[in-house]
Amino acid sequence: MNVPGLVFGGIAIGIVFLYGSVGEIITEKSGHLNLGIPGIMCMGTAGGMFGVSNYMGMLSNTKSASLLLILLFGIVFAFLFAAVGGAIYALLTVSFKANQNVVGLAVTTFGAGFAQFFIKKFVTTKFLSRASKIVRNFINFEIKSSFGVPIKYQYGVLSCLAIILALACALFFKKTKKGLHLRAIGENPATADAVGINVNLYKYIAIIVGSGIAGLGGLYYVVEYNNGTFDNVLTIQAFGWLAVALVIFTMWRSDFAIFGSFVFGMLYVFNGNLTGTSSLATQELIKLLPYVMTIIVLIITSIFGSKNVQPPASLGLNYFREDR
Amino acid sequence: MEKQIAIELKNICKYFPGKVVANKNVNLTLYKGEILSLLGENGSGKTTLMNMISGIYFPDEGQIFINGEEAVIRSPKDAYNYKIGMIHQHFKLVDVFSAAENIVLGVKEAGRFSKKKIAMRVREIAERYGFDIDPKKRIHEMSVSEKQTVEIIKVLYRGADILILDEPTAVLTPQEIEKLFAVLRKMREDGKSIIIITHKLNEVMEISDRVSILRKGEYIGTVETSKTNPKQLTEMMVGKKTDLKIERVKTDFEKPLLEIRDIVIDKDDGSRAIDDVSFYIRGGEILGVAGVAGCGQKELCEAIAGLRPIKSGLVMHKGENIIGLPPKKIIEKGVSMSFIPEDRLGMGLAPSFSITDNMIIKNYGEGKGPFVNRKAARAHAKALIEKLEIVTPSTETPVRRLSGGNVQKVLVGREIEAGPNVIITAYPVRGLDINSSYLIYDILNDQKKKGTGILFIGEDLDVMLALCDKIMVICHGKNMGVVHAEKTTKEELGLMMTGALDLTEEKKDKNFGIAKDSNLTEEEWQEMEEETNNENHGKESKGNE
Amino acid sequence: MNNNVKSVREPLFHISKRGDVSLKRQILTRVIAVAAGLILGSIVCTIAYGSSPFDFLYYLVEGNFKPFDNFWEMIKKTALLLMIGLALIPAFKMKYWNLGGNGQILMGGLITIICMINLGDTVPDGVVWMIMLLAAMLVGAIWAVIPALFKAFFKTNETLFTLMMNYIAVGLVAYAIKKIGGKESTGTIGVVQSGQLPELGHSVVLILIFAIIITLFITFYIKSSKHGYEVSLVGDSENTARYGGINVKKTIIRTLILSGAICGIVGFLLAGSINHTIVTEETMANSGFTAFTAIIVVWIAHNNPLATIGVSFGVIFINNGMMRVQSSLSITEKTVPDMIIGIMYLIIIACEFFITFRIKFNKKKNETIKTVEEVK
Repeated sequence: MNVPGLVFGGIAIGIVFLYGSVGEIITEKSGHLNLGIPGIMCMGTAGGMFGVSNYMGMLSNTKSASLLLILLFGIVFAFLFAAVGGAIYALLTVSFKANQNVVGLAVTTFGAGFAQFFIKKFVTTKFLSRASKIVRNFINFEIKSSFGVPIKYQYGVLSCLAIILALACALFFKKTKKGLHLRAIGENPATADAVGINVNLYKYIAIIVGSGIAGLGGLYYVVEYNNGTFDNVLTIQAFGWLAVALVIFTMWRSDFAIFGSFVFGMLYVFNGNLTGTSSLATQELIKLLPYVMTIIVLIITSIFGSKNVQPPASLGLNYFREDR
Repeated sequence: MEKQIAIELKNICKYFPGKVVANKNVNLTLYKGEILSLLGENGSGKTTLMNMISGIYFPDEGQIFINGEEAVIRSPKDAYNYKIGMIHQHFKLVDVFSAAENIVLGVKEAGRFSKKKIAMRVREIAERYGFDIDPKKRIHEMSVSEKQTVEIIKVLYRGADILILDEPTAVLTPQEIEKLFAVLRKMREDGKSIIIITHKLNEVMEISDRVSILRKGEYIGTVETSKTNPKQLTEMMVGKKTDLKIERVKTDFEKPLLEIRDIVIDKDDGSRAIDDVSFYIRGGEILGVAGVAGCGQKELCEAIAGLRPIKSGLVMHKGENIIGLPPKKIIEKGVSMSFIPEDRLGMGLAPSFSITDNMIIKNYGEGKGPFVNRKAARAHAKALIEKLEIVTPSTETPVRRLSGGNVQKVLVGREIEAGPNVIITAYPVRGLDINSSYLIYDILNDQKKKGTGILFIGEDLDVMLALCDKIMVICHGKNMGVVHAEKTTKEELGLMMTGALDLTEEKKDKNFGIAKDSNLTEEEWQEMEEETNNENHGKESKGNE
Repeated sequence: MNNNVKSVREPLFHISKRGDVSLKRQILTRVIAVAAGLILGSIVCTIAYGSSPFDFLYYLVEGNFKPFDNFWEMIKKTALLLMIGLALIPAFKMKYWNLGGNGQILMGGLITIICMINLGDTVPDGVVWMIMLLAAMLVGAIWAVIPALFKAFFKTNETLFTLMMNYIAVGLVAYAIKKIGGKESTGTIGVVQSGQLPELGHSVVLILIFAIIITLFITFYIKSSKHGYEVSLVGDSENTARYGGINVKKTIIRTLILSGAICGIVGFLLAGSINHTIVTEETMANSGFTAFTAIIVVWIAHNNPLATIGVSFGVIFINNGMMRVQSSLSITEKTVPDMIIGIMYLIIIACEFFITFRIKFNKKKNETIKTVEEVK
């Protein structure tokens, strides 16, 4: 067992889930279960790749690329593209009152299709590996693996940003008034409405911002984690579902999600860090552990959990004032 | 010294769809630093009136003056701007939030959001008026009285000078009521104006400076508490007895069909709904149940139908215990229950189902084979539509599309057509026009002739006096006594409903609600009671089911 | 006293629920929505690939008929999607969100393949087929009933639970593939020759037989049976259901057993008659087939079994047609059909809003209301 590889590799991939689940937590706190997150993360990937490759393309010499501008282009475009997906979801569920599950799945279908199409058509991937080198070069260290070979680990700015966002999100819900209002909407929109909170406005903002943050996960995966290469939207989609699971696993707490994402990440890279010969089949079983753990958490909280660790009470239900 | 006016209502009118008059030409004055009681029977429009002051509804006609200036109150937010706050009967609180979080929700304040500051202000308010509250405690861990405290502080935190409390004592124990009254008095000293809606006359006499009375949506008058007495107030509240042309069918009473002893039922929130009540219904008899709304009528109905657990006591149908039986078995024994809630849909009907499908909710399972017999149901629906003059495009129209009165006819009609031997019906004529109401009374009388035992939970005392044989009065879950409809007066009922008269206390020798010719001997009752009590204990020790 | 004039800003529009909506209006709105989706799709293709909009429509239709095998392919896929939709209808009628159809199908397919491999050569074909069918139904039902039990007894959120069950099924299938394939596994099982279901002349026949039986069964089950009545009643009003003497827990469990068993049958057909093997990626990702698609289909069809036939047909028609559009316009991105189908879903979902709700625009935007006449 290569422990450092497991830990540091797990953290690295876990960051993807962390972005997705922080975004989904913000969305779900407003009472909306967004199953469009996998598709929205794909859209974020497309946007991020588009932004970064366009910036790199503008330069005469890619060696002179600035870290700040790469990040700026990447983040702005990833956020915007994902936010568009979120806006579609918000329009259909908040204003048009369509069923959240149905809209979410449709957005996932659309988002994944759109992203694959867009990336092939409009993104010049050759610049991305260069950009990736620059982005990754932020925290560097070397640790001897259990096999005895020293391995270089790198974490970029985007890794740090994910953790900062997760902490900021936790603080937002715990310490700020706007956070309190958003939580109230997810719990009991009629009460929030009665005390004069603009329920729909909050929902729109939460869904759109949450989607944008989830979209950064796609940017992180391609530009920072995967050396600028993109293989398939299916990979990103799978991360999206893991992010949705992570939200439940951490009981709607984004600070717990930091730890939870590392656990999920370690399980994800578990196989690559095994010494000796473990059967390929057993490795598949390890991959499904995150979902099993999530179900166990779901069951335990529904049977024994106090009211404080339940999903937002109005999760999945659209609010229509005249139904009061 | 001239008293300053806080609120003045002039000629307020409010109509609801279907030509329902909720309030008509209501004039009301509230002075600064006084407690005004608003008194009236169920459906007299008290809550509607107060909702117009607190911004839930907007009046169709009339004007509201606050501190001498005309005010437009279109939302609860507007009401807060006028420093008006209402404490509703159904609390509007977020369950998983702490008291402090609920209190500050939606308040626009300058400066940083600091929990410490908020907790301090909450404590300050609490100390000033003598509340007992822990700002950090979460709502779902609180008792009803604590939740109410949070609602009151929520209103005070927003700077309200005018407080409206809608039946605040209905959910409280006597000790909690004392505490609340102490708080209200302190607020009055502090210059706040308070309107309190209540049904209990003793409380009216105790707490208020003046009393305003509404009856059937109209303003009757205002009297000073010190210059009035419960009798006068009751008279103003219930009005003169009007003679209705409802026939009281004479029948030979049979043995008790349904006997209920010492029954105790809880509400959803854990507070007591029915507290140690006994009564019985004979075949061929209509027993009326009078009481102000929310006095446990709904819970009583649900408990008898097997939909709500009974804490203790016995429910015997023809001498057989039916407690613990599944609803289906109780239906099969011939006990029918129909409860018309305020929104008229809900219990007993499936809103999206057609009239035909609603006909068979209780007996879809009858008949052989895996299929539902819709042919018979359709014929049944057709017959009912004709008989009760239900206005509907077809038998296949979902009941949610029907108007309220027609929905009700479907429900009541179905229950009675099923040919039960005991009918429990609550508010069967709620919101119906006169002709339809009489139709329902006729149907009930027909059933009575057939020897069915009927429990009639109603609102209109005139109707109950004319239709029922006996009337049991319930006040906040307690039995105030059973009287013969022919021998009692509206005033007496009014006094009992408001808790001012308790016959069980006055005539201790009489055993109210216990039949002399019971199906069981006293020893058997004793035995049964002990048995079920033991069972209940067993259940409780097993924990929640 | 003063003349108090207040300006009250009315919202721009007001949304209210419509009462009765005529069938004509419903159909018209939906036709417009589908047309709008097609036009938008052709515009996207025109902009991206420079084809004419008519080419898009032509290839879309052609893809379903030329060569004629494509027609049978369309029928086959429609039947499969329809069956998944029908499996979900009882659960959805009960307002139980069974998002776990994918997992239930996969598990049904997995057990079918295991039966084929282990029993295919030793037991007579007819017996193997029966065992395969029953095993698939059983396993599908088990996969569906696990979340249902927790929902019935502990009110565990079934949306999230069933969603997770999908991925556990994917994992188990991957495990089984590797286990069967052994150490030198390439990650696939390969075509299993033993125990294949009979062709009956054409591969579409068997699928159609099952589709017809299940359609008839579910239609009558929902509309005429006592069970169907209970399911609808629990979905419409749980309190009324209890009042009518229905055991709600039992109804939930029984209904999900049915739902899972039919999903199991779909897995059985996919593995035993169409693919003769099992792969995880394809079933999960090919949007023409998955239960996720069926969820959208059933929602658009308002849980009506007969309408589900039409919607399934429409979705498969466009899906198949888009593949031809893609190949004919030399589009290399395989997921373009997904994007266009996604757009169509979103438009059709949006159109449902205009069917159930009415929007009233307020004519005067900034109404000034005189609140007080002069008071003397």
